[in-house]
Order: sequence, then C-alpha cells, then structure tokens
Amino acid sequence: MKAKALNAAELKYIRHEKMKKWGGIILNIAWWAFLMFPLIYAFLMSVKPPADLYDPNAILFPKNPTLSNFTDVFKVAPVGRYILNTVLVAVLITLSQIVTSFLSAFAFRFLKFKGNKFLYGLVISTMMVPGEAVIISQFLMVSSWGWTDTLMVLVIPHIVSAFNIFLAVQSLENFPYEIYESAKVDGCSDLNFVFTIMMPLLKPTIGSMAVRSFISAWNMYMWPLLTTNNDNVRTIQIGLSMLNAEDSQSMVLMIAGVVISMIPSLLIFVIGQKSMVKGLTSGAVKG
Amino acid sequence: MEKSDIKIIEEEKSFKQKLQPWGYLLPTIVILTIFMFIPFFQTIIRSLFFTDNFGKMQNFIGFGNYIELLTSSSFWNSVWVSFRFVLIVVLVGVVLGFVSALLTQKAFPGLAFFSTSYATPMAIASVGMALIFQVMLNPSVGIINKILGAHGNMLADPGKALIIVAILTAWLNSGMNYLYFSSGLASISDSQYEAASIDGANGFQQFMYITVPALRPTTFFVIVTNIINAFQSFGQINILTKGGPGEATNVIVFDIYREAFMNYRYGFASAESVILFLIILALTILMFYIRSKGGKVQ
Amino acid sequence: MAEVVLKNIGKTYTNGYQAIKGLNLDIKDKEFVVFVGPSGSGKSTALRMIAGLETISEGEMYIGDTLVNNIPPKDRDIAMVFQSYALYPHMSVRDNIAFSLKLKGVPKAERYKRVAEVAEPLELTEVLDRKPSALSGGQRQRVALGRAMVRNPKVFLLDEPLSNLDAKLRVSMRSTIAELHRQLETTFIYVTHDQTEAMTMGDRIVVLDYGDVMQFDTPGNLYANPENKFVAEFIGSPQMNILNGKLIQTEDGPALEFPREVFVLSDDIASRLRVEAKGQLVYVGIRPEDLYYAEKKDDKNVITAYTKNVEQVGADTFVYFDFLSADRECTARFNPARYVDVRQDIFIRFDMSKIHIFDKETEVSLLDPFDFYLEGTPGKSSIV
Repeated sequence: MKAKALNAAELKYIRHEKMKKWGGIILNIAWWAFLMFPLIYAFLMSVKPPADLYDPNAILFPKNPTLSNFTDVFKVAPVGRYILNTVLVAVLITLSQIVTSFLSAFAFRFLKFKGNKFLYGLVISTMMVPGEAVIISQFLMVSSWGWTDTLMVLVIPHIVSAFNIFLAVQSLENFPYEIYESAKVDGCSDLNFVFTIMMPLLKPTIGSMAVRSFISAWNMYMWPLLTTNNDNVRTIQIGLSMLNAEDSQSMVLMIAGVVISMIPSLLIFVIGQKSMVKGLTSGAVKG
Repeated sequence: MEKSDIKIIEEEKSFKQKLQPWGYLLPTIVILTIFMFIPFFQTIIRSLFFTDNFGKMQNFIGFGNYIELLTSSSFWNSVWVSFRFVLIVVLVGVVLGFVSALLTQKAFPGLAFFSTSYATPMAIASVGMALIFQVMLNPSVGIINKILGAHGNMLADPGKALIIVAILTAWLNSGMNYLYFSSGLASISDSQYEAASIDGANGFQQFMYITVPALRPTTFFVIVTNIINAFQSFGQINILTKGGPGEATNVIVFDIYREAFMNYRYGFASAESVILFLIILALTILMFYIRSKGGKVQ
Repeated sequence: MAEVVLKNIGKTYTNGYQAIKGLNLDIKDKEFVVFVGPSGSGKSTALRMIAGLETISEGEMYIGDTLVNNIPPKDRDIAMVFQSYALYPHMSVRDNIAFSLKLKGVPKAERYKRVAEVAEPLELTEVLDRKPSALSGGQRQRVALGRAMVRNPKVFLLDEPLSNLDAKLRVSMRSTIAELHRQLETTFIYVTHDQTEAMTMGDRIVVLDYGDVMQFDTPGNLYANPENKFVAEFIGSPQMNILNGKLIQTEDGPALEFPREVFVLSDDIASRLRVEAKGQLVYVGIRPEDLYYAEKKDDKNVITAYTKNVEQVGADTFVYFDFLSADRECTARFNPARYVDVRQDIFIRFDMSKIHIFDKETEVSLLDPFDFYLEGTPGKSSIV
C-alpha cells in the first residue's frame, strides 16, 4: 500500500516536470509574439498592397500579399544610394575602430611608458561624456571646416571608440603575457605581433566589437541628420525618416524601406552572435 | 673580481623605442582630442557666451545662459519630462529583459531561436522602430486603434505620447538588458539550485533566495546603463513627437537640439548640454556610491 | 662557445623593489645550470634578464663574448621555454615550431625540413598538423622544446617548464630534457622552485633567496656542504632538522650542548670547525637520514623521543617527533625493516660525523667544506 502511494506521488512529480517543460515552451511562444509584435507587424505591412490597409478583414494579415513594395520604394527615393552610403560608412567605421582599438589596447597593455595609466584613464573617461553634450561644438567645428555633406564627416569622427578600446584592453587582461614574450624571443616585431598573433587570438572580441560598431554606425541618426543635407551622402536612416508617409500608398512603401534597412544589421547581428561564443585561447596555456 | 672594473651600464632606450607607444596611440589621441576633448571644453566656454546664428561667440555673459536656463519654466519642464521618461524606460526595459532572460534560463528545443529574437532589439535602429510605431499608431489605419477600438491620435495626447516614446525606448534597450540578465543567470551555478532543492526550496523560494540576490550586481549595472541611454534618446522623439504635443515629450536632449539647431541659440544650448553632462555624471557617481555602500552591507 | 657571465647584475623595479642584488655568475659553455629558490627569490627575474625580457638595472651581462645589456631578445641567440609553454594557439604545431624561422625569412621548404628534424626526437612527427589545443600536456611541453631547439640557440633558457605537468610526466620529462642537453651540447639555464628537479638535473645549482645568491655549487656539495642555514634547509627532502644548541669546549673536545644532552663532535667535524668553541649559540643541522634507531638510552649521542606520527612509505619509514631544542617537529628516516609504533618513547642516535653547524646570527656555516666526491671527481670542479 505504501508502494502504491509513492507511485502516485511519483506520477504527480513526472506530470509536474512535463508540464513545466511544455509550459515553458508555450510561455516563450506567447512572449515572443508579444515582444516581437512590432517587427512582425512591420513585416506584414511591408507585403501588403496599399488597398489592404483599409480592408477590415486584413487588419493584420494581408489579403493579397505582394513584394512590389520592396521594389517600389526604390522608385520614390534613392534608397539604393542611401544603402550604399550607409554600407560604406558602417564598414569604414567598423574596420578602423577595430584597428585603432587594438593598436591602442596593445600599447596600454604591453608597452611600458610614462603616463600609460593616466592616458588610459583619460580615454575611458570620455565614455562618461554623452555625445549630445559635445555635438554642438562638433557640428560647428566640422561645418567651419566645410566638411558637411561629405561621407568623410560621417566616418572620421567615429574611427576611434573609447568603448571599444576599453573592450579590447579588457580582452587583453586574460591574454597570456608569455605569448607576447615568446613572440619577442622568436623575433616577432610588435606590429607583426598585433596583427598575426594577438588579433587572431581575439577573434571573439573582434567579432562582438565588429557587430557593435557596425550596428551603431548603421543606425546612427543625430550626427548624419545634422551634417548631411544631400541625397548623395545621406544614410538610410535619414533617408527613411525623410520619406513622406501621409497616405496609405507611401506608408507601406516606407515600411518596406524600414524592413530593408533592418536586414543588414539583423543579419550581422545573427551571424555575429554565433561567432562570439567561444574563446580561442583555450589550449594556449596549460591544459 | 674587483668591483672597480665593473661598469654600470644604464638601460638605454633608443629614441625609436621611446616614441613607439605613441605611434600606436596616435589615431586615438588625435581623434579623441579633436572630436572629444576640444569640443567638450568649447562647449563649456561657449556656454558662457552669447552667440550669433552661426555659433560665433559674441560677448561674454558669464553665467547668463545658466541663469536664464534655470529660471525658465520650459527647462524645468524638460527636466521633469526627462525624469518621467527615464523612469518608464528603465522600469519597462528591465522587466522586458528580465522576463525574456527567465524564460530562456533552462534549455528547451528552439531555445536558440527565442534567445536570438529576444536580443534583436539591440540591432534595431531607433529610426526604424519609430517609423513602425508611427504606422501602428496611425489614427485611421494603425493596428493599435483597431485593437482598442479607439479613434484618436495617441501621439497628440500629451499624457500618452510620453508613455509611447518611453515604451519604444524601453523596447530598444530590452535586447541589451536581456543579454546582461541572461549572462547573469548563466553565471549562477546549477549546484546552487540543486543544493536548494535538496534543502526543500520550491521554485519560488529558489527564485527569491538564489536568483534575485545573485542578479543584484547585474541589475544595478543594467539600470545604470539604461538611465544613461535613456537620457540620450533622440531619434524616436524627433520622428514621433518632435517634443510635442506642446512640450509633453520635450526631454533635455531634444530641447538642446531644438535650441541649437532650430532656434540657433548655440550658447544657450551649450549651457544646457553642460547641465545634461552634469546630471549624467551625478547619476553615475550616485549609483556607484549606492552600490559601494550596498556592497559593504553584504 | 657560449658562456653566460653576469657581473654585478642588479634589478630594481620602478617602485623601488630590488628583485636582484649584485648577481655574479660564471656559467660555462655546455653547462646545465639550475636557478632554484622559493617564490620571490628572483630566480625568474634573473632568467628573464638573460633572455632580455626584463631590463637590466645595473651590471654587465655577457652571452659568449658579447655584452648583451641593450640587445633585444631575438638577437641574443637564446631560446626560451616558458612555464605556460606560450604556444600560439591558432597555429599548427608545425607553424609554431617554424615561426621563428619564418620571421628570419628562412624559405618554407627549409623551414619544414628543420621542423621535421626536431620533431623526430621529440616524437612530435605524428601531431605536426594539429593545433596545440588538441595535444596532451606532455606533447605541448615537447612542442615548446621543439620551438626552442629549431633555432639552434647558444643558450637554452627554461622557466619552470615542468610545473604544469602531473607528477609522473614530470619525472619522465626530466630525463627528456637531460637527454636533450646531452645531445645538443649547449648551455642550459633552468629555473625551478623544486629542489628535487634542481638536484636531479643541474651540473651546478644556483640557490637564490630574496635576490641574493645563497650558494652556487654542484648538487653533491649543496647537499653535503651547505654554506648557510637557508641552503641546508632548502636542499633535501624531508628537510634538514634544525636544532638550537651551544658550541662548547669539553675535555673530550668541542661539543654541542642541548638542554638535556651534550654531544661531542666527531674528530673530522671538529677538525673542520672554523671557529673556536666558546659557548656561542649555534644552529645545529642534521638530516633525517643521519638519525638512527637506538636500542638503549645509554648509547652515545642518543636522545629520547616521543613519536607523533609514523609514515611507512615502503623504501623508508619516516618518524616525526618533537625535540626540545628544535623550533619545529623533527623527522627521522629509518630503515623500513625497523618497526616503530606511533605515540611511543623511542631512542634516536645522532650520527655526529654528519652534523652541520651554523652561526646563530649570520646563519653561515661554521664548518669548512670537505671533499664530498670521495669516489671519482665530477667533470666540473666547483668554483664559489
């Protein structure tokens, strides 16, 4: 009799565990639908023909899905040009931030010189200054140089990032110093060391840095809004926000544009997230 | 061996060796000096001047801009709006990120999909999201009114407009918050939960006595970064409300933008920038002070 | 020819910490020299100064006939094996070994030929295409050795190379390295904190403490003729027992006085005594193996001891006991055939011909060294 009672308790326990598992999945699906709703909605809008907008039966799902919005948006504005500009700006910013961050981090971590700590502190302290607190002076400065309406003005001020320097220095904290010394004994020059040994070993950090830099450059808004006023150098974010979205026709086109503009950063994000997983240094030092 | 025949050879660093670190740091020093340090000090100096429409400093007025600022009701409105805005952003953003993290704490089929999704707001531009919200809130065709059966323009309602831009900002922050919370959760070792369940703690007790205390430092960090981010929100406000209706969403950053680039009052806006900097500085210091005190108690 | 000569080498860090004080060493060509000492003794700093990884604050350093104070590591014609191996994780074993040749501009075919040559004796041929993370600890260690060998350096520097290996592997790698030294016929300088490693591998050993050389000698002499209390205690396992005593003159000659016993020095110890016995306080050292089980108390040089713990390890039996004039627990190493019970009073006889005496103040030996190698002379005479 005692054994039977125990069995019932066991069954309850097993049912409870099963419920927990399925409950988790169902909760996740519900939460996902809630959290992702704006994106789902944007996607559904982007494949709606304008006429569907006023159809009470097509509030959420389109009745006659179409891809024509994605091509039509290129006709109402030079979206291709915007994307090209943004790609150029984002790639240049990303690459130069990676290089400048690791060169600086190398100097801060491996080279001994006077003022090392002070200078690093100074660099780090700039993270405390909100961009908006200096943007007026930055803007007046670059416009006095006649830099406005160029791609240069979008790139040059952003080729150094204090945050990425911080990230690179952090990632070097755990970098085995003996590898640097070993390379030195092997006759490796410092610059060679940075590019052939240090950076390949920090691929995960570089990956996450690249993702961050690219996304924030891609999504940059206030600075290009102030410094560019010309379709030839406009980035996608500015271009989209300038689109007129008064009537239903232009509304779906704009949303299609928004969806297009999100694809590169989302793609980079999804790919980058995977590559960030594992550190490469395991196995370098003992076992 | 006689001591006298030993030369003391000083370590010598060649000119090149001495110069080397500076070579590596050159881009950093040049760019940060030109685009951070100089503008920062220029902002402070400009804030003490009356400027013309091109930002040229005309005459020194000392704290004139600051006095004007601190006595204007518009500025205090901005401060109050910013404060409410930040509060909603932090509350909603933390809840969104934390719930997502809890839901993906344990492994289940499809976890990778959900966790990537919950983090995606990190990759989304404020502009894109604001444009989507604009359509969602469109009085005639937007989904929100249709669901609620309402007809008005919510963005024209001063009370709702601020809540809407704040929720949008919280959503944008939620991806980052999710990553921080879930790495915080992952760092709690399974053995702690196992030990607790052997000790007889149920799910809720485990959450209260293990998860919550272990996440305290993460939560602190998330709140600080969210506050700083929230204070700097601009794109969504510029697109959705332009500070309106009235001045209902005129947060400090937007007010700076308006004064500088729409009213061309660069000196005045510089003074406001300096105040924004001081507010963020004070908040950061305050938060770290609170944490260091809290840390000692533990 | 690659002697390594250190003349009054000193190292002071910018914070004022003096890691090395006036180090004078004359390391001969093809010699295997071990730097040994506790952590903080400056042994690694000394090695790293030879490598050029640490700047030299004062003094002169020669490798071969070249003054190397301001020569970068890569031009010193040295190779170094690091404690953590410091392999390049993203390169294959082959590329790890070939890296220094690549930097020198050696053509690829020649590089890989040289790699194959060093891989063969190190038994790495099979794993040349693997990444370091796919190797066992011992293999990684051998890759590190190979990386040093391929450069054909004048001097090999090894910084605690075995400390990351398990005990068994350490013993076998010890002979691998010793064999390597015989084959390569180059100067080896080896740093370790493990005195057994030092004793088993070194032709000569530098014992360091707080940046000072305590003694530079052959293993046999370090063991038999420790210059000071530090070396006496550092070398040998289990540690030498150190007792507090008084050096007195008796009618039977100089003797050691303990609270309850007076032991007369043996003739040869007495003849090596550097000072006159006049009741001064001294440290008396006696190794565990120089203590013997005695049947009766009335034998000469016998004490009564209460056994606190007895460890039978097979080849030996270690007996731990308290002795009034010792500051810490004493150890005796007995023939295992002698059964000793724990928590018992037993009699222990001192072999008074194996005693060491050190000045209480300076801790320097009060005995002249004797010729330890009675049977056969070591190839390298000891210079102090």
